[in-house]
Amino acid sequence: MTTSVQHDAAAGIPVVSARGLTKRFGGQQAVNGIAFDIYPGRCFGFVGPNGAGKTTTLRMTMGLTPTSSGTLSVFGLPVTGNASAIRARVGIVPQADNLDPDFTVEENLYMYASYFGLSRGQVKSRIEGLLAFVSLTDRRALKTDTLSGGMQRRLTIARALINDPELVVLDEPTTGLDPQARHVIWGRLSELKARGKTLLLTTHYMEEAERLCDELVIMDQGRILAQGSPRELIDRHVEREVIEVRGGEGDAFLQLAEASGCRVERMGSSMYCYSQGFAPLIETLKGRHDLKYVHRPTGLEDVFLRLTGRELRD
Amino acid sequence: MGRWPLPRIRPGALAVWRRNILVWRKLLVPAILMNFGEPLIYLLGLGFGLGRFVGEMSGMSYIAFLSSGIIASSAMTTASFEGMYSVFTRMVPQKTYEAILATPLEIDDILAGEMLWCATKSLFSGMAILAVATVLGVVGSWQALWVIPVVFLIGLCFAGPALIMSSLAYNYDFFNYYFVLIVTPMYILSGVFYPIESLPAGVQGAVQFLPLTHAVILTRGLVAGAELPQPWLHLGVLLLCAVVSYSIALVLVRKRLQV
Repeated sequence: MTTSVQHDAAAGIPVVSARGLTKRFGGQQAVNGIAFDIYPGRCFGFVGPNGAGKTTTLRMTMGLTPTSSGTLSVFGLPVTGNASAIRARVGIVPQADNLDPDFTVEENLYMYASYFGLSRGQVKSRIEGLLAFVSLTDRRALKTDTLSGGMQRRLTIARALINDPELVVLDEPTTGLDPQARHVIWGRLSELKARGKTLLLTTHYMEEAERLCDELVIMDQGRILAQGSPRELIDRHVEREVIEVRGGEGDAFLQLAEASGCRVERMGSSMYCYSQGFAPLIETLKGRHDLKYVHRPTGLEDVFLRLTGRELRD
Repeated sequence: MGRWPLPRIRPGALAVWRRNILVWRKLLVPAILMNFGEPLIYLLGLGFGLGRFVGEMSGMSYIAFLSSGIIASSAMTTASFEGMYSVFTRMVPQKTYEAILATPLEIDDILAGEMLWCATKSLFSGMAILAVATVLGVVGSWQALWVIPVVFLIGLCFAGPALIMSSLAYNYDFFNYYFVLIVTPMYILSGVFYPIESLPAGVQGAVQFLPLTHAVILTRGLVAGAELPQPWLHLGVLLLCAVVSYSIALVLVRKRLQV
């Protein structure tokens, strides 16, 4: 890939670098020989269905589970043997909140600092800043189990920043949050990027990946299927536009679509018709009041579904 | 990393220990009530009630015999409860360890911190009983203060097996096996309530393999002034039990959490 070779030279040493990275659980290959580089100051995403190997890759990167084979380094240090030193410079936001229920909001931050060997005095002003950053200053004295899901997530993000990390790792940061809470988190993550932090995140929300990530990999069944910026991936893997038809009018639409020469895919009761341009077909559809349709530009979701298939994952 | 390296003792263990003591401090009143109330009831109820019929036992008043034994058994139960119910809560439903492992701390540090904390709770309970026994006038001399580090060691000795049980547990009911099959038999057979010399000969040999037997010999010698010919043997047994069980727990917890 010429694009990534170019930014290799521009961006210097990768923060995370993996080659042939593999993880086996018993007879299963959870991660199957993947390679990637994450450059400083960028937001790098792992996107894929459940069970694709995203979380396992993160856990190997943080030295939380041993690799089966391949090489893996963070900050230029091999993860094996340096996990503790690496984690001292990383902030981790886990998939499920694991705040300490025995402590208040503020105490959670002081307690977490102590695990990094940071004293009260060292983090006092930083904690003020972090509480303000996640808008929890006026809730500092509350027990964590009285917070809403969105507030718990924000506190977890503040907690991950307690050691002023160079790299922030987020495993599905907005899963289970309502749209307002999700937008707040996105705003904070963009701010972190603007401050020069390197972000590494997993998600299965394409909108999230498209908004936040400079570069992403699409994973499925332990392998990387595609890699690039959201725009590159869309240009490379799908047509420019899509018409989506829902409901029982599929057959009538199928005839029109095929006549127009576009690529058709079905999922459930919906039908998707991809093409570089739809002018004649749209004209026809405007005259057909029996067919309800949505016409939109393609996005990462279309790339994702094309590469990973449309069947349900369990 | 990996599952087999030797345990390392690092300062991070103290951060874990400190977390637990800060939580304990929030619930100080019920904790102190438990520490003082239980032995007081045991010693007054059994010591005076039963002691009237028993008279002397092994050349000392029954209340002296009982209180010096209960210091050891209470260290055992305290460490066992903390090492099972509380450790399991932090390891599994509460995911506290998952949070801690996202920092520079390792599983070695967490388990070492938990061992220290279990032993600290044993120490609190032992000191409370020692205070009650002193008030009841059964403590012979200042030598009894040596029981304080010994009670800490007893706590370590029983914390390790409790951590092993936590690493294997999938729910709280699992701990019933350990209490019924291990803790209760030791409590009854290791010389807390009566001298082991009164057991059948074969059983007397078998109870030598129970760590609580060695713990009771030490506490009875130090608190009630009973003969203590081989202190290093008994201390050695307790220390060995602590080190071996900690190492096994470490391998099992790594296996459970490093996936």
